[in-house]
Formats: sequence, structure tokens, C-alpha cells
Amino acid sequence: MATLEIKDLHVQVQTEDGPKEILKGVNLTIKDGETHAIMGPNGSGKSTLAYSIAGHPKYEVTSGSVTLDGVDVLAMTVDERARAGLFLAMQYPVEVPGVSVSNFLRTAKTAIDGEAPKLRTWVKDVNAAMDRVKMDNAFATRNVNEGFSGGEKKRHEIVQLELLDPKVAVLDETDSGLDIDALKIVSEGVNRFKENGDKGVLLITHYTRILRYIKPDFVHVFVNGQVAEEGGPELADELEANGYDRFVSAAV
Amino acid sequence: MTAEVLENALEVEKVESHLHPEGSFDLADHPVPVGTEEIWRFTPLKRLRGLHADAALDGDAFKVEVDLPEGVTGTSVAVADSARGASGLVPTDRVSARAWDATTSVFEVTIPEEFTGDQPATLHLIGTGVEVASAGHLLVRAGKFSRSTVVVEYTGSATWAENVEIVVEDGADLTFVTLHDWADDAVHLVSQHARVGRDATLKHVAISFGGDVVRSDTSAEYAGPGGSVEALGLYFADEGQHIEHRLFVDHTAPKTKSHVVYKGALQGEGAHAVWIGNVLIRKVAEGIETYEENRNLVLTDGCQADSVPNLEIETGEIEGAGHASATGRFDDEQLFYLRSRGIAEAEARRLVVHGFFNDLIRKIDVPSLEEKLTATVEAELAKNVLKAL
Ligand SMILES: Nc1ncnc2c1ncn2[C@@H]1O[C@H](COP(=O)(O)OP(=O)(O)OP(=O)(O)O)[C@@H](O)[C@H]1O
Ligand SMILES: [Mg+2]
Repeated sequence: MATLEIKDLHVQVQTEDGPKEILKGVNLTIKDGETHAIMGPNGSGKSTLAYSIAGHPKYEVTSGSVTLDGVDVLAMTVDERARAGLFLAMQYPVEVPGVSVSNFLRTAKTAIDGEAPKLRTWVKDVNAAMDRVKMDNAFATRNVNEGFSGGEKKRHEIVQLELLDPKVAVLDETDSGLDIDALKIVSEGVNRFKENGDKGVLLITHYTRILRYIKPDFVHVFVNGQVAEEGGPELADELEANGYDRFVSAAV
Repeated sequence: MTAEVLENALEVEKVESHLHPEGSFDLADHPVPVGTEEIWRFTPLKRLRGLHADAALDGDAFKVEVDLPEGVTGTSVAVADSARGASGLVPTDRVSARAWDATTSVFEVTIPEEFTGDQPATLHLIGTGVEVASAGHLLVRAGKFSRSTVVVEYTGSATWAENVEIVVEDGADLTFVTLHDWADDAVHLVSQHARVGRDATLKHVAISFGGDVVRSDTSAEYAGPGGSVEALGLYFADEGQHIEHRLFVDHTAPKTKSHVVYKGALQGEGAHAVWIGNVLIRKVAEGIETYEENRNLVLTDGCQADSVPNLEIETGEIEGAGHASATGRFDDEQLFYLRSRGIAEAEARRLVVHGFFNDLIRKIDVPSLEEKLTATVEAELAKNVLKAL
């Protein structure tokens, strides 16, 4: 059971010329079991929305609210949000030199669960999660994301999604930089996660192709820091055929 | 010999380079520094208790304990009977020249030819007070084709001026570690010089955690082609602490290699780390490879890290030469990534700092030290990074 509710969210970043507003009143409710796709042109603020939900310090919320099952998310620290059940698969996963994947995963799992996973089953679980996304188990001893290809980084995000098993997952362009095989593998991972229970998914994407593998219940067109239009899966088909032009010119 | 060949040959002998200080055994050639000299400009002279000036170096406030594997010898030898100077060390500063004058005996560690051993030879130098200043001289000789590890551990309180000579004979493979684990009030200035033989390998490791002022000058030259030097350094400068490493790799022979990686963390008001990495590639040194790198992680406000790489190249025929130097704070993106997976801030910082040092600790690859190093990093973290949260 989880509902993520975003109300009239305004977010700014600091620039050399002073603060710049990027999110200009976002409204969005993701109920458990629902998959929402957010689609929009480059620079429309999709990653800003994702980072703001996760609590990245660069993004400053000036007004509005984000709640998870009625609890104020914005009052939580970054790690508290994760422990409350939010997960962000990043568009550009970060390299952490000197920290092995296995140490990282175990530390994260311990933090999320509040207790260390059972050693015997944990190694099996990690290996199995890697196998499912066709990641060699040797990655466990490598440093987090260091020297990983773009596709390997995305698979590693999915491994984390499956192992940490959050309530709501925000996936920021998890499809970008993937070839068709990798796209299927990653999509299957997201679908397995969804089957795990009443999970909410916020799927941010620039292209429609991932929606062939992950079926959204709702599609939101995101333009200039706002949701410009909402609809069902058929909205994605229209975007596939006509692109963002209609929405972009309407917003100007 | 044609005139040109002769000239090239002479070139080896004489090089006009600011990286190549002329050494001298004559104390008169080393006037008392005032602090503006290039080699002294980073060092807090006032805190040296006169080591750089005229303080008597006749103290005996220290003891030495040794733990040697079978076959390796370690004994104190009167200067007259010793092989002092075997590495080619010539003092390049006043402290080194004074220590040379003051020492009456040399501690000689000798690894026999073709010796092979996994157990390190360990020397503990334990300081027992700072009131009197002392001088020391250590000579380590790794015989031909031997493979060994020598660890020198400094603990306790001392005012200590020292020369260290390292001779790696042809084909030998020596790992030489100094571990400065001094008490807070120690002052230690050491000049180390290594001569690396033909096809010989020296892994030189400098680890500095403790002490009030620790300054370590390390130079290396090659006695023949094919020699290799890997110089690794790990340091943690705390509040008020001055830790200075100066390296000089003199590529005096063709086909030689040097690889320098120093990493340090700084925390607390007045913590000061200095790293000078000088590399000279002489005309004769064709086909060499060199890389040097220094990284500093600044954990709190009020710290200063000075990092100066210098590369001087006299020949066009080199395989590769490069350097990197960076000083930074915690990377916000790394912390955010870890925290977004539920890891609390203190734990995330801990992971990042351990990560910063981990690759280096792996490279040092002395199993008996590994656990101690990780534990020391952890203890250092507990002072500030974890406490502040
Ligand atoms: N520090 C900054 N200074 C100025 N503009 C910024 C800054 N940070 C972000 N922006 C701007 O905010 C806007 C939204 O960026 P965001 O990354 O959220 O877009 P996006 O929709 O995710 O784009 P993409 O499809 O390329 O991933 C962009 O126009 C970007 O240039
Ligand atoms: Mg984006």
C-alpha cells in the first residue's frame, strides 16, 4: 500500500544569474499498483522532478508538497526517503571509487531493512538478481559504477531496485543508452518488481519505445516544468506519431 | 668516441636543473634556513625544535626493536665499519647533513642474495621523549635477485633527524615501508635515498598518521636500465599537524619506470599536507615511463593541502610521462547516490573515505599491514567525520 502525492510543486536551482525556477507547479498522484509514464522533451524538467522527490540538495523546493501515504517527504533527509520506501533509478548513476558493489549493496540493504541480511541467502540473492539482468557476478567485486558502460550502469540500477524492493520507484530515463536486448532485460526487471506487490512506478522517458515493454496506466506529457496533458496509454501513441510539437507550442 | 657522443655522455654527469639540488657533506654548504628557500617554504621551521639549525643531535631518547625473518640480518655498526653511503646519498639539506655528521652508528639491514620471504623484516623505532634531539642512519640492502619486505614503524615521542639509504641490487625486488605512527608531539625529518639496480624493483611506501611535524624527503636514482620504482603514500593530517612528502625520481638510466601515487585526507583546524613530486628525465633515460599523482580529500574547514608536481624532460624519447594532482571535498553526487539507497550520511561519508584509500591499500599489498591501515583510517574518521554528525 503506497500513494505518492505531488501537489503544486515548485522547484528552483541556483544559477550564476540567481535562482531559476524549473518546476512550475507539478501535480501528480501515483497510487499503489499504478504505473505512470512521464514523457517530455529535453530540458523540460523531468530529472528535476525525479531528483526533487529523492531530495537532491541542488534542487530547492519553494512551494508545494510531496507526501508518501500522507507523510511529508520533503521534511525527510535523502536517506530517510529511501528508508520510507522511495527509490530513484538515476539517469546518470554515480561512480563511487573504492567502494565495491557487494559492500554497497549489503550496506544499502542493511540500512533499508534496519538489520543485516542473512549472509548465506544474501550472496545467493545478489547473484540471482545479477543473473536476471545478465550481469556477470564478477561485477560484485568491482567498484560501484566505475568503468561500467552506460548499459551496465542501468542494469546495476535494476539490480538495486529488485534487492531493495521499495514501495515507489522513480525511473529516470532508465531506457536511454540501451540496445534493444538490454531494454527488454531492464523492462523485465521493472515488471518483476511491479509483480512483487502493490508497487507504484513513475517512469520518466523521452522515447516511447520502453512503453512497449512496460505498460503504463497513465501518461503525462511534461513541458516547461508542468504536466501539459494527461491521458491513458493512447497518449503515448500520439506522441510516437506526432512528437512533442503540439504541446511545446501550446506551452509557449 | 665522437664529440657528440661524448657530450651526451657528459650530459648524464651534469644537469642544470632546479629539480636536481647539488648535495654536499659539508655542513658549511647548508646554511641555516630562514623559511623562504624553495625546499623549506612549506615547512614550519619554528616547530622543528632546532633540528634545522643547531640543536644538539646527541640524544638517546629512543629504542629500537627488530623482528627479522630467518636469513635477514639487522645490526648496529659503527660508522667507520659500515657501508654508509652505499646508496649514493649526499645530503641535500641541512638536517640531513647534520644527521650525517652526528651519527656514530648505522643500523644495517641486509637481505642476502636470492633471499625470498613473505614475512616482513620489521624495525620498531620507539621514541621515548622530545626533550633531546637524536639522529639516526638506516641502511637497507636488498641483495641480487632477492624478494623481500622491510617495514619501519615509528611510534612514541621523539625529535628525530634521520637518513635512510636503500640499495636494491640488480634483479632484486624490495618493498620498503615507513609507517609514521608517532605520538602527537613527535617531530621527524627524514631524508631517504634509493639506488635501484638493473631490472630491480622498489616498492616504496610512506604512511603517515601521527606526529606534530613529519617531513619525508625521498629520492631515487637508477644504477642501470630496466629498474622500476613504485612510490605509494597514504597520510591523514589532523588538527594542527604538518605532514610533508617530497619526492624526487631521477631517471638516470634508460628503460626505467616510476609510478608515484600519494593520497591523503585532512581534517581539523590547521591540518597541513604538502606533497612535492619532482621527476627528472635525463638525456640518457630514453624509453622511460613515469606517472605521478597526488590526491587530497579535505574533510573539514580550516585545512590546507599544497600539491606541486614537477616534470622535467631532457630527452624526447620517452614511452610516457604524466602527472595529476587534485584536492577536493566530499563529492556531493557520491554522497547523494549512497544516501538515496538508504545509507545514512555518516555511513556514506565513511564509505567514501574508505573508498578513497582502498585502491591504494590494495596496491600497497602488505597483508600484515592491511588490517592495521583500514583500522587506522577508521580511527581517524571517528575523530571528526563521524563525530560531527
Ligand atoms: N544549475 C543550473 N543552471 C541553469 N539551468 C539549469 C541548472 N540545472 C538545471 N538547469 C536547467 O533545468 C532544466 C531542466 O533540466 P532537467 O535535467 O530536469 O531536464 P530533463 O527534462 O530531465 O531533460 P533530459 O531529457 O535532457 O534529461 C534544463 O533546461 C536545465 O538546463
Ligand atoms: Mg533528464
